Amino acid sequence: MAHTETSGTNRRDFLYIATGAVGTVGAAALAWPFISQLQPDQSVLALSTTEVDLSPISEGQIVTVQWRGKPIFIFNRAPKDVEAARAVPMSQLIDPQPDQDRVKSGHDNFLVVVGICTHLGCVPLGHQGNYDGWFCPCHGSQYDSSGRVRVGPAPLNLPVPPYTFTSDTKIVIG
Amino acid sequence: MEGHSTYQPQGKIARWFESRLPLVGLLHSSAVSYPTPRNLNYLWTFGGILTFMLICQIVSGIVLAMHYTAYAPVSFARVEHIMRDVNYGWLIRYIHANGASMFFIAVYIHIFRGMYYGSYKAPREVLWILGVIIYLLMMATAFMGYVLPWGQMSYWGATVITNLFSAIPYVGETIVLWLWGGYSVGDPTLNRFFSLHYLLPFMIAGIVGLHIWALHHVGQNNPDGIDVKSVAKDTVPFTPYATIKDVFAMVVFIMFFAWFVFYIPNYLGHSDNYIPANPLATPAHIVPEWYFLPFYAILRSVPDKLGGVLAMFGAIAVLAFLPWLDTSKVRSARYRPLFKQFFWIFAVVAVGLGYLGAMPAEGGYVIASRILTVYYFVHFLVILPVLGLIERPSVMPASIADAVLARGAKGAAAPGAKA
Repeated sequence: MAHTETSGTNRRDFLYIATGAVGTVGAAALAWPFISQLQPDQSVLALSTTEVDLSPISEGQIVTVQWRGKPIFIFNRAPKDVEAARAVPMSQLIDPQPDQDRVKSGHDNFLVVVGICTHLGCVPLGHQGNYDGWFCPCHGSQYDSSGRVRVGPAPLNLPVPPYTFTSDTKIVIG
Repeated sequence: MEGHSTYQPQGKIARWFESRLPLVGLLHSSAVSYPTPRNLNYLWTFGGILTFMLICQIVSGIVLAMHYTAYAPVSFARVEHIMRDVNYGWLIRYIHANGASMFFIAVYIHIFRGMYYGSYKAPREVLWILGVIIYLLMMATAFMGYVLPWGQMSYWGATVITNLFSAIPYVGETIVLWLWGGYSVGDPTLNRFFSLHYLLPFMIAGIVGLHIWALHHVGQNNPDGIDVKSVAKDTVPFTPYATIKDVFAMVVFIMFFAWFVFYIPNYLGHSDNYIPANPLATPAHIVPEWYFLPFYAILRSVPDKLGGVLAMFGAIAVLAFLPWLDTSKVRSARYRPLFKQFFWIFAVVAVGLGYLGAMPAEGGYVIASRILTVYYFVHFLVILPVLGLIERPSVMPASIADAVLARGAKGAAAPGAKA
């Protein structure tokens, strides 16, 4: 539209800015539900904790449970596995972290980790590889008895999910 | 009225692109510089509103399909899952369900506007027929969408509508079998309806493209029904004049739409559809969605299976022949004193048929439906052809500009009067 000779702000400027502001707020208010619906819905969130009874897991056994659709490895480690994991000097690790930080004290034999290779998301095989832990069949990454990466290409240790002991033999993941 | 493009690409990249694909020039000539008759009223904003509704339905529908499952044992629960679990699922579903009704409200206003102002007459016959095809596709899409929640009305609506085809002699039963994918409405029916419900809106979008193309080729009709004689005097550019007017009307329409979505989201639905589909019990009072009611009344008014089905489809098909049934050379009802009265009688009859479609098929309702059904066809097949021959049109202004200026002068003579 043609500009008329006016000084300062006029009524049209006000209407223009007010309309634009209301329109922007309206568009954002409409866009948010359409973005929000992409997030996990209530039925997914309701399944976000998993309770596990540890008593049937014998020494040396690895059990896989599901939490939020992901495999969780629960490894009841023999004392020699724990000692081996704790004897490794930090300098030898790709992603240095002491074994003590990866377990709950008082339950040092139980290792709970997310069973997804930190390289590209495959599920590593238990009791395989050279470090008493896991071997990933996809690209050859190896993890030790603490779930720490020892041979690449994986860059990081298997992550420890949030969990708590609700009794001596029960944990709640999530 | 040719859309002459005044678009001049600015800058190297724009020139490079325009010489290879004149896309911006096309958009410019059809949505910016396109000449629109200067006497258009707010009834001409419904084309834009309908485009908005189509986009609204496609966007909300794609999102709903992300959370829905077309499998008879779970579909009802999946819709409840959308309502209760999915973030803002209730909002998106209510937008989609009420959006269908808004779409039909807008399309009925659009169709009646075309009838009143003679928008179907030469050279706009193809434009009109494309519109009838869009309307048919809309009805098919809406019907199949209503089946997806798999409630009682979904199930029995699907049963009744698909059974219409069984009235066709010889091949009817086979066609119904093909529609069902079984011996009754069931999971295969639900699955194919979901697939088609997703497909048809994109076919509508394609025909809408042709509809707009045809419109921009022959030019818009206008409330005076007179051809544009001088682009300079009789028209204004689409942008900003039509753009701003369309957007304003759209916002008002969205407010109306939002009122339904937020305050009475189930008003236009039927409570029986919150009962899961039960193949063993039909609801006591079964009615289609409101936008099908006039045709439903026509179907029920004929006491013969094939006759009823033919009457119902004929009531829609007759619209396609409207350009040739109306023999008058004058387009707008403004200059057709008799037609104007018959138009309003027809409008009342159409609404009356809608009312009767919602009433039980018994007693006086049936008699009234029969009278109105006969009148519906008489309007198209007798009144319109004869009216064109006997009616004496009133004096028409020489041009659109004259019509606008004459009304402007009247408005100036009586201050405060609506122009």
